[in-house]
Amino acid sequence: MKAVLIKPLVFITCLLPLVFGIWAGFTDQLGANPIEEITHRTGDWALRLLLITLAVTPARRLFGWSWPLRVRRLLGLFTFFYACLHLLTYFVLDQFFDWDEIFKDIIKRPYITIGFSAFVLLVPLAITSTNAMMRRLGKRWGQLHQLVYVVAVFGILHYLWLVKADYLLPLIHAAILLALLLVRVWYQRQSLSTRRPAPQTS
Amino acid sequence: MLIKRPGDIKTSDITDEKIYHQRRAFLQAGSRAALAMAAGAVLPGLMFPGEAAAQMAALPFKKNTRFSTDEEVNSLKDITRYNNFYEFGTDKTDPAKYAHTLKTDPWNIRVEGEVENPADYQLEDLIKESQLEERVYRLRCVEAWSMVIPWVGIPLSTLIKRFKPTSKAKYVEFTTLHDPVQMPGQKRGVLGWPYVEGLRMDEAMHPLTLMAVGLYGKVLPNQNGAPIRLVVPWKYGFKSIKSIVKIRFTETMPNTSWNLSGPQEYGFYANVNPSVDHPRWSQSRERRIGEFFKRKTAMFNGYQEQVASLYSGMDLQRNY
Repeated sequence: MKAVLIKPLVFITCLLPLVFGIWAGFTDQLGANPIEEITHRTGDWALRLLLITLAVTPARRLFGWSWPLRVRRLLGLFTFFYACLHLLTYFVLDQFFDWDEIFKDIIKRPYITIGFSAFVLLVPLAITSTNAMMRRLGKRWGQLHQLVYVVAVFGILHYLWLVKADYLLPLIHAAILLALLLVRVWYQRQSLSTRRPAPQTS
Repeated sequence: MLIKRPGDIKTSDITDEKIYHQRRAFLQAGSRAALAMAAGAVLPGLMFPGEAAAQMAALPFKKNTRFSTDEEVNSLKDITRYNNFYEFGTDKTDPAKYAHTLKTDPWNIRVEGEVENPADYQLEDLIKESQLEERVYRLRCVEAWSMVIPWVGIPLSTLIKRFKPTSKAKYVEFTTLHDPVQMPGQKRGVLGWPYVEGLRMDEAMHPLTLMAVGLYGKVLPNQNGAPIRLVVPWKYGFKSIKSIVKIRFTETMPNTSWNLSGPQEYGFYANVNPSVDHPRWSQSRERRIGEFFKRKTAMFNGYQEQVASLYSGMDLQRNY
């Protein structure tokens, strides 16, 4: 595949859930409780795209694929995009700007507290995603973007804590995240043992 | 045969049904158009109510206006495609997709425990068509959504009087069919199967407590708990157990499925109560299916006048 095509293709693919969602809305396929359905769909895609973003590095390590690296920022920003839609659905469609209720939810309901925290932590990552910011922050950029792991764990907990009895899907997501993190840990150990006695940072 | 199978439907009935739903669709299009304007372009799906669901056989019934709300009823489509019936899967669209494997004819109900007349009863022996009445009840789910549903059934008290419970009978326990072949959702241990629910004797004898065999004037679709289910309108929906095969009268409080699954979250009583939150979400408001803005949840789901006396002196914060 031509390298120049990768970005536009991934861009269009990432928009498909939104396009299908709007299509479903126009054709009455969002079911009896469309607001709940929109909330679930946008949340699902935010979490899925976050896991896909986190799969870029393991894909390079395990399969030697370097092309996903070219779209990692795009994937991360689409994660943020669907997270924004998810939060907006909650603020506007679900609560209709009832800030009092929203505030109480965020304070009192652990799954909302942690979900909202995940979103708040995503904001600085999205803001500092430009080339200029990368240059300006230098080494600290990498440190800041370690936050994505916290966001992922919070996102999974948000999902786990809102489920009533059927934990299958949240646990599948958790297992995928765990696998993606383990690949990182494995390679980090490998490189530490081969590169020794190189000085260790951090 | 008393409870007719869908195959018994007459051509004339089908035509009537279509006209009936065109009328409803027309009314809905009006109310939903207004709603969709409020919601903006994000929810245009509301403007296309689409075709109605199941073509079930008609049931004779008398309207019971005394116990019915005059609020706008939800569409048959919404009532039959948005169900919590984990025996067919945990997604709310699963029951409509998978409940066709349930065989509701013949259907027996075992009555046992503290009763003078324990027996295996055939459904048609228990429910006489001449006794059927329609009651339009609010249904409030523990997940903070609600509907208005025109049920067809008979008061549970009518049945209980026939079973003649002994003086030891303090509670009634209900059990759903346990058959993973007919109910594929039972292949996964999401809840402890079979599903069990229970009522205190005075709750079971209350005139509002209904055993439903139909809705919208037709035989109950499988996904709504065919062929016979409980309806307790002042309690959260999960109390209204579906596809009942056993009724047991007991001296002690039954262990109910959701209570066993999450004792801190789902109590035995499960009365609709806006001031007692589910530990993970507020119960003060609810979304009526088909509406955009949430409405305030009423104490005992609006049946306070009829049922509050059952719980006088009880701490409802503790007995949730």
